Amino acid sequence: MTMTRPELSPVKVTRWTRTSKFGTPGVLLVFVIMFALPFMTALSNIRPVTDLLVFIILGSMWNLMAGYGGMESVGQQAYIGLGAYGLVVLADQVGVNIFLAVPLAGLIAGVIAFLISFLAFRLTGGYFAIGTWVIAEVVKLIITQFPSLGLGSGISLYAMSAFERDLRIAVSYWIALGVTLVALLICVLLVRSGFGLGLTAVRDDPTAAATSGVDVSRAKRLVFVISGIGTGMAGAIIAISTLTVQPDSLFSVQWSVLMIFMVVIGGVGTLEGPIIGAIIFWGLREALADYGSLYLILLGIIAIAFALFFRGGVWGLIQRRRRFSVFPTGYATSFGRST
Amino acid sequence: MLGGLYAIFAAGLSLIFGVMKIVSLSYGAFAVLAAFLALHFTQATGWPPVLALLVVVPVMAAFGWALQRFVLQRTLGTSALPSILVTFGIAIIIENVLLITESADQKRMSLGWIDTAALDLGLIRLGVYPLGLFVLSLVLLGILAWVMAKTQFGRAVRAISEDAPTVELLGIRPKMIYAWAGAIALALAAIGGVASGIQTSFSPTSGGMLLIFAFEAVIIGGIGSLWGTFLGALVLGVAQTVGANYFPSQGILIGHIVFLIFLAFMPQGLSGKVKRS
Amino acid sequence: MTLVVNELSAGYGQLTALRNVSFSVEGGEILAIIGANGAGKSTLLKTIAGQLRAFTGSVVLDGEDVTSLSASARARRGILMVPEGRRLFPSLTVKENLQLGTSTGRKGDWNLDSVCELFPLVAERLNRVAGQMSGGEQQATAIARALVGNPEIIMLDEISLGLAPAIVVEFYDRLGEITRRGTSVILVEQDVKRALSVADQVHCLLEGQTSLTGRNLDFADIAAAYFGTGHR
Repeated sequence: MTMTRPELSPVKVTRWTRTSKFGTPGVLLVFVIMFALPFMTALSNIRPVTDLLVFIILGSMWNLMAGYGGMESVGQQAYIGLGAYGLVVLADQVGVNIFLAVPLAGLIAGVIAFLISFLAFRLTGGYFAIGTWVIAEVVKLIITQFPSLGLGSGISLYAMSAFERDLRIAVSYWIALGVTLVALLICVLLVRSGFGLGLTAVRDDPTAAATSGVDVSRAKRLVFVISGIGTGMAGAIIAISTLTVQPDSLFSVQWSVLMIFMVVIGGVGTLEGPIIGAIIFWGLREALADYGSLYLILLGIIAIAFALFFRGGVWGLIQRRRRFSVFPTGYATSFGRST
Repeated sequence: MLGGLYAIFAAGLSLIFGVMKIVSLSYGAFAVLAAFLALHFTQATGWPPVLALLVVVPVMAAFGWALQRFVLQRTLGTSALPSILVTFGIAIIIENVLLITESADQKRMSLGWIDTAALDLGLIRLGVYPLGLFVLSLVLLGILAWVMAKTQFGRAVRAISEDAPTVELLGIRPKMIYAWAGAIALALAAIGGVASGIQTSFSPTSGGMLLIFAFEAVIIGGIGSLWGTFLGALVLGVAQTVGANYFPSQGILIGHIVFLIFLAFMPQGLSGKVKRS
Repeated sequence: MTLVVNELSAGYGQLTALRNVSFSVEGGEILAIIGANGAGKSTLLKTIAGQLRAFTGSVVLDGEDVTSLSASARARRGILMVPEGRRLFPSLTVKENLQLGTSTGRKGDWNLDSVCELFPLVAERLNRVAGQMSGGEQQATAIARALVGNPEIIMLDEISLGLAPAIVVEFYDRLGEITRRGTSVILVEQDVKRALSVADQVHCLLEGQTSLTGRNLDFADIAAAYFGTGHR
């Protein structure tokens, strides 16, 4: 008896959706334009854009950890500080080339993140949040013990004095742009990969993920470390951009406030969300910076409103109208012809 | 003898975190708010801060009731993110409102002669105020523990944190019970805040550290156990005080390190009630 | 007392698990709901108890429409359910579980002492932590916890699940004591023979709908209704 199999046309599943086919090249185009920015506009405009890039990096990294990894840390400021200090030490005291120092500083932050993870992972949920905050405080207190690191008043960066002022601002900006590109690339690749899938599974249901063969703690640890590296590089950029490292400012929990708000308002768990959130936050800051506390209160109210009523953030609201994605992380199926 | 103060703080946090299983990052901010309310009250009426408690505690309790019932209740669910966000947001708002309405510098309330009075017990001098706080914390925790163990309300709170839908089947309204628990927790925060405001100086931004200390006490003592929290607070207080003796101005860091040691080697805390990782 | 269920439909999200079910129960009666797995029996109980919102239809207790009331409000009016899987509070003791049962605030014959008389198993274990007991002990405690609330009608969801037959027999023997005081019982059971041995009324569900209902039914008819075979 022969069995006849029905002719099934093979279905192709790709991560490129109709919109991301336009979206991603669009983003790349934006990057090209942004690269040319210092030639196109006054340098006083470049500094704020550097800040925006830092926000995008921080937001994406926090989102990677919390939105995809399910770990809501309120202590990422530890890595900002570590990256900044790391950069100054590497560039000034060890004499490493500034361009190399940025990723190396990030790596330093990553190593510390790896070590910290063994402690932090003993907690989950809200306890994890506060626990990471405590750990960040400890990192700050320890670092400010060292006279060679300037104790409580921090240290200044001298390695950039090789560049004259205009070039220095442009170089800081380009470094930031480069790191942003790399950070987003890493996020896209991670989410697209099988690792990313496992991570989403862990976020949704760690027990189920574990029984499906996902090594839960290894996955979480990897994401935690990557996030630490990215956050550390952002800290290094801040050091380059502002030329000083001030522990009270860099280790402040306000950075976590910033990261959380950007991601929540933008849309947690998506790649596009943190970018939108960063732009919104940056815009509000530029507009309301003079109002200090008032603007933080406004931010708090907005974040609470979003957390209660618009869990998907701005990007989630947009997605409700039309599902589309900018990055190749959606899903689209196409039917091929059977051979 | 910082332990007594921390115990009062941590008690409320232990109730929220451990029993109700809610994340509240706004706890410290509320304590500071209570301290400022008490300060204004004493300045306005000239009464001693202790009497201010009679006003501040009910106000904060009412606030806690409403907050739990209408806001925090909505954040309960599988993910901790909404409650982290909302309570963090509330903390930021409170802190900045205070920064606007008050100045950013340190304030302190005083009980007059009690502030510096001390008992001379030969080997050690015990401050009267810290001693009083210690006793107060024992009393408060004792009452709270009794309520949780012996009253219908306490049973209901414990049951809800395990299985809210089944509690409803018995004729209890979980939202109401939780609202009252929220009121109690904030009342404790208020007492802790005012007590702290008398013992040390405070400013609008003090909330963060208060939260951290309370949290450390809860973890050291073991989540879910009120008496564990009491012990944890004592351990933390001792660690900070002794630490400050040997490493001047590093008391807080020593406290942190002791906390981390507990986290590393005894994550279930002194009471060992709940398995953590 | 009279409980009337009228054209009740309910389900989970887009799945309608229960469709147009109607019946009524008088005081002191035992109604057995039988049916295969997934027929909608537990869904029915949950909807009557108020844990699940009905899509359409109504639940009327002594003339009062309770369909829009919360589960806790219905419990206070005397509709009590012993849920599937017992659902005791594991870290509380047996006594504490029972004490919580009195939260309905209803007066009646049942209190801590009288339920302990009815279930010696419970009486001996008052200070045992609920999570550390065997299935039979837990089931007894769960039923006692509901009884202590002095229900007008008590709904038992698969109490024989996972229990030794001897223990199940003991539970069923006590049903008479419960109904003697005027309390009605709705019994969800997979063990049809057991259910039939005590039931005044039988209601058979098949894929969410009523396939047979009535009193003193022929066993062959019941089997046909249960499995969905026979003239249809």
